[in-house]
Amino acid sequence: MIHVRDVSKSFTLHAQGGIVIPVLEGARLEVAAGECVALTGSSGSGKSTLLRLLQGNYAPASGRIEVAGLDLATATPREIAALRRDRLGYVSQFLRVVPRVPAHDVVADPLLQLGVPPAAARERAEALLSRLNLPQALWSLSPTTFSGGEQQRVNIARGFVHPYPVLLLDEPTASLDPLNRAVVLDLIREAKARGAALVGIFHDREARDEIADREVDVSLFAAAP
Amino acid sequence: MMENTQFQDDAPLLKVRGLTRSYWARTGCAEVDLDVWPGEVLGIVGESGSGKSTLLSCLAGHLEADAGSVVQGGEDVLRLPEPARRRLMRTDWAYIHQHARDGLRMNVSAGGNVGERMMAGGARHYGSIRDTAADWLQRVEIDPARIDDRPTAFSGGMQQRLQIARGLVTAPKLVLMDEPTGGLDVSVQARLLDLLRGLVRDMGLAVILVTHDIGVVRLLADRLMVMRHGRVVEAGLTDRVLDDPQHDYTQLLVSSVLPA
Repeated sequence: MIHVRDVSKSFTLHAQGGIVIPVLEGARLEVAAGECVALTGSSGSGKSTLLRLLQGNYAPASGRIEVAGLDLATATPREIAALRRDRLGYVSQFLRVVPRVPAHDVVADPLLQLGVPPAAARERAEALLSRLNLPQALWSLSPTTFSGGEQQRVNIARGFVHPYPVLLLDEPTASLDPLNRAVVLDLIREAKARGAALVGIFHDREARDEIADREVDVSLFAAAP
Repeated sequence: MMENTQFQDDAPLLKVRGLTRSYWARTGCAEVDLDVWPGEVLGIVGESGSGKSTLLSCLAGHLEADAGSVVQGGEDVLRLPEPARRRLMRTDWAYIHQHARDGLRMNVSAGGNVGERMMAGGARHYGSIRDTAADWLQRVEIDPARIDDRPTAFSGGMQQRLQIARGLVTAPKLVLMDEPTGGLDVSVQARLLDLLRGLVRDMGLAVILVTHDIGVVRLLADRLMVMRHGRVVEAGLTDRVLDDPQHDYTQLLVSSVLPA
């Protein structure tokens, strides 16, 4: 589902005299359907950069990034937008939403974009929020006022509300209590069982050992500064 | 290049090529190309004087372009005779002004403001015009009981929502927006953004949104164009342009945003 070949990425800071910061060089990654791969490496080794490249959020300098059949290095913006709509899910560490939309609508939004009728979308969203133990009293409130752990569960619900064939996870268990952490690990297991390809960053070592089939050390691709 | 059949036969609603407008020796906008598809918001950002408003004005026909083409349905809108062009702006296209008073008739009731555009589009039956107007007030979250009030009695946010109801009542295909959330309180802005997102999705609208507010495009625009000195310096997926800007001007623009 994911084929990354010889990908390099650097950042050019124009405001600082055009200084070039190389991050990745010759990055490779293969992820099959039903597999969960954990990206490892010390802080600053390029894990987040690789995850953002897989999401289409960063543009690679060279190489090939094929996700669910689309090469993100050459795809048009609209092709990437369509990929994210139905094939590529993403659980971010950050919640970026219009600060007035209630939590159950934030979660249902990806389904509405796919044309699922609003009542059915809302029902699936609420089932996930309830599974993630988000108090029902919060569903109709904007998550911008929630605690870190509550916001994270909204993000997780949003990432799992549609059965994306590829799913990227950025620290999905970081601020969760043991009960909800177990729910998230179950969701990941279920996604693997239905054949999804997952790539994640997990600082939570136990979660990583429990859920990841393989680890890929991103520092192997660290570009020489 | 991967195959993606979904997009091979999916033609843009609007194709703009080489759009150019100068003011004497000064460049307004130069050789701008853009495409917009139904159901998506194209954001255009840039500082004052970047040419983004000139571009929007040329598209809307408020200003005459020096060169270029604006093609919809095989027809160059810039070459339409004036009456046909005006008819287009009254039905298939809508323009949302930054200041609601520029897009509303302030001495006509809220219902009249919505109904007037329906009548310009050919509606004649008074009862159904009033019903549709009331329905639209509700859709933009204005109490239909206020249908006979004049917009002068409305708050800034309500006036802006009324302008949107007036623009969208004819179910246009394309909506041009000039700083639609400018000058509104942050909480009022959020309400408007939420409303616009829903309307774009439910009506399959194509929107060209001009703003200098990076936060607004991040939440509303699918794709983004950055303009400077009348030219497009960078374009692409909104989050990619904002998070991995390539052009030095885009980097400056993004790094100048105060964190929320």
